Amino acid sequence: MPVPILKQGDFLIATVQSALSDREVLQFQDDLAERVGSFRSRGVILDVTALDMMDSFVSRAFRSMALMAKLKGAETVIVGIQPEVAFALVQLGLTLEGVNTALDLEEGLAFLRSLTRRRTDGR
Amino acid sequence: MGDEVRVPIVYDTDIVAARSEGRRMALELGFSRTDATLLATAISEVARNILIHAREGIITISSSLNDEIAEIVVVATDEGPGIQDVEMALRDGYSSSGGLGLGLPGVRRLMDEFRINSEDGKGTEVSMTMWRRQ
Repeated sequence: MPVPILKQGDFLIATVQSALSDREVLQFQDDLAERVGSFRSRGVILDVTALDMMDSFVSRAFRSMALMAKLKGAETVIVGIQPEVAFALVQLGLTLEGVNTALDLEEGLAFLRSLTRRRTDGR
Repeated sequence: MGDEVRVPIVYDTDIVAARSEGRRMALELGFSRTDATLLATAISEVARNILIHAREGIITISSSLNDEIAEIVVVATDEGPGIQDVEMALRDGYSSSGGLGLGLPGVRRLMDEFRINSEDGKGTEVSMTMWRRQ
């Protein structure tokens, strides 16, 4: 099942709705990179609340997606990592280094707004 | 009480199937959500190793429950190229596939017991166990 990516002003909100196969993860990666460019987005929210586990493949893919979006001028924040998923990630040795995270969608949006506001003010 | 499920690993969607079976069996056996998640993550990693290194293989998940202990055993077998240096493969930071090398040492930390039998050119068998005292 493809991951829906919604446009919300300057931001994109991608909500992962069920477990993804490797191929679906790669498809999602391409879709998101394409949307960030075509919508000239300034921020991306990656909502993973529905994911009951993240292994090394998916967490590396999400990290690449955040870095790719950054190269296109958009900041990414991953929201909704479940506590037990976070625990497993740490045990596995994966820390999503360099990736913004927030508790939920609301905090993620607030974080992106504060970032983009600061940028506009600085000009 | 006991249960056994065999999941052939041939396509990437089989990884999802294998880890879902593991999670279901762990929850049925009364493991916590956290333990079920650790188990599902470990299964996902060894299943992907099969696809990457051996192209296909089988994951067998069996559960058993008695008065003292609840146990889930996962055995991942393939007839791929095998692991040349098992000790090296279990070292943090080592990878033969150009990844970041967090695979096997990470998986070992997710489980209570972890063993690899591999012979160069003759495939690999990873056997790992999670248990809980009643």
